Amino acid sequence: MSETVTGPTETPAAGTTASGATIRLENLTKSYPGNPAPAVDNVTMDIKAGETVILVGPSGCGKSTTLKMINRLIEPTSGRIRINDEDVTDMDPVKLRRKIGYAIQSSGLFPHMTVAENIALVPKMTGWSKSGVKDRVEEMLDLVGLDPREFHGRYPRQLSGGQQQRVGVARALAADPPVLLMDEPFGAVDPITRDHLQDELIRLQHELHKTIVFVTHDFDEAIKLGDRIAVLRERSHIAQFDTPEAILTNPTDDFVSGFVGAGAALKRLNLTRVRDVGIADFPTVTVEDPLQLIFDKLRDGSHNELLMLDRRNRPYKWLRRGDLMRAKGSLARAGQLVHDTVTRDATLHDALEAVLTDSGGRVAVTGRRGEFIGVVDMQTLMNSVHELLEADRLTAMEHQHDLEHLRGHQTEQELEGGGSGL
Amino acid sequence: MNFWEYVSTRHQQLLTDAFQHVSAVFQCMVLATVLGVVIAVLSYRSSWGGSLAITSTAMILTIPSLAAIGLLIPLVGLGVPPTVIILTLYGLLPVVRNAIVGLRGVDPSLVDAAKGIGMSRTARLCKVELPLAWPPILTGIRVSTQMLMGIAAIAAYASGPGLGNEIFRGLASLGSANAINQVLAGTLGIVVLALLFDAAYVLLGRLTIPRGIRV
Ligand SMILES: Nc1ncnc2c1ncn2[C@@H]1O[C@H](COP(=O)(O)OP(=O)(O)OP(=O)(O)O)[C@@H](O)[C@H]1O
Ligand SMILES: [Mg+2]
Repeated sequence: MSETVTGPTETPAAGTTASGATIRLENLTKSYPGNPAPAVDNVTMDIKAGETVILVGPSGCGKSTTLKMINRLIEPTSGRIRINDEDVTDMDPVKLRRKIGYAIQSSGLFPHMTVAENIALVPKMTGWSKSGVKDRVEEMLDLVGLDPREFHGRYPRQLSGGQQQRVGVARALAADPPVLLMDEPFGAVDPITRDHLQDELIRLQHELHKTIVFVTHDFDEAIKLGDRIAVLRERSHIAQFDTPEAILTNPTDDFVSGFVGAGAALKRLNLTRVRDVGIADFPTVTVEDPLQLIFDKLRDGSHNELLMLDRRNRPYKWLRRGDLMRAKGSLARAGQLVHDTVTRDATLHDALEAVLTDSGGRVAVTGRRGEFIGVVDMQTLMNSVHELLEADRLTAMEHQHDLEHLRGHQTEQELEGGGSGL
Repeated sequence: MNFWEYVSTRHQQLLTDAFQHVSAVFQCMVLATVLGVVIAVLSYRSSWGGSLAITSTAMILTIPSLAAIGLLIPLVGLGVPPTVIILTLYGLLPVVRNAIVGLRGVDPSLVDAAKGIGMSRTARLCKVELPLAWPPILTGIRVSTQMLMGIAAIAAYASGPGLGNEIFRGLASLGSANAINQVLAGTLGIVVLALLFDAAYVLLGRLTIPRGIRV
């Protein structure tokens, strides 16, 4: 920092990004005038640097209010907010907000400004150089998957809902803030687009390692995106704050399990990838192998079934012994075409779906270029799900144990020291 | 002498009057716009402040303009000062009302977003709220201008500038040869100028309303 002479307004070089900051909410409370019951009541929460935390809970439980207190769009009635251990509760809110990206449901793009102008707003305000701002706009559009040349000069109303959301996220990230607050950013788009946007966010976060606080009332979204999920009940009371796995397998009470909804075990399948379970070998032949070899392989009795690969090693046909009997010397019409394959990054949920729709009860796993890697079958899936659930249960129990231990410790301390630590 | 003969013999005088009429209205309109927007900006966020601004500017309009100008003469004298004061005050209401409605009509989630990304109060107002409220404000200015074109004729009563002089001269000498022609020339002149002004506003709208919010 000190060697560069560009001054305090220097533009970070492309490629370097500020990664996340820690956020600590201490006894945060918000009462609205005219309402004796606070909307947010005494929330304490620790968020690690680079972590994605999801606030989820029923409508009106105070998620937005909690989120907006972090960038002081809503001033807390009492309590403190610390970002990277710095108390920002009394800091100039305008300065504070420039270090915190903010993206909202309706995208919040200014309709009278072009996409580029919208994205450029914050960098300009924080005094970036003109060329720095220009490069940054291109970089941000690239980052959220929009072609800069095409979208640069468009107005928000000339974009689809999903594209608007992307620009909204690009604007929030433009000045490279360590913290990103998102209030139901994908709430207003159709399910397929939402799915895409969620995938994009996961990819982005993989690159950027921001600290993200994300509000939603969709628990599936929470599971998909969150490193940790805070399930809130009314007045923002934290019912459970833990990893998605722990919440799915070990909800603390009926409120949480009600929120998790039916099919927690099924939802668990979304958290594990095919690469994490055993991918089994499968006997293969290729379309170029001589017919005789294929016959021999099937006839020698060790396999009932073969997978035939095409010239580029991609799964092509399942061949059973019976098929060959009927084929009478030609393979053109024998066997069953491979309908569905999964990649190693597919979730177990996708894999199960594919296995269930396949009459043979297995699915081929392929690599990046579609080449055959192995198969996953029903039995493997069942076993790994059982193992996962069991493991989750164990960690959850350990966790519970730790918590109780900690609580016991705290009570002890309080009894001894009378809270003199403050 | 018929009307067209009258116009062609007196065109020099008529053009001067017309120019002064337009100039007076234009300058007072600029003043009314600045004042009106300032009043709106100061009052739109409080509900009673806004009502107060709208009611008081509306009250001004209920005073008959001839009476108002008559009352002003002993205070500020004849000529330009009473004209400017009257026109500016009368021009306020549509601007103030439309500016308040426009500023209040800005989508709250946009204001929230503007705050959220760290825009200061001034930046929010200048870069987001006023540009978004500009179309209704411009409509207010347009309505105001139409109204002032007529009211400006009254200024001649206080020896002010403009086409009102033609009308008053004609009215004072009713029965004489050119009386009707004078009144007609003044009145038609005002109507034509008002139409020209309106055309200018359409053009101004195209030039100043950002493409993203143009309907
Ligand atoms: N400006 C306000 N004045 C008074 N009460 C408010 C205000 N804003 C929110 N509230 C109340 O505070 C509570 C929490 O609101 P908040 O917007 O944080 O809920 P939420 O969890 O974000 O809900 P949703 O999922 O519907 O967005 C609600 O009961 C709401 O009525
Ligand atoms: Mg909300």
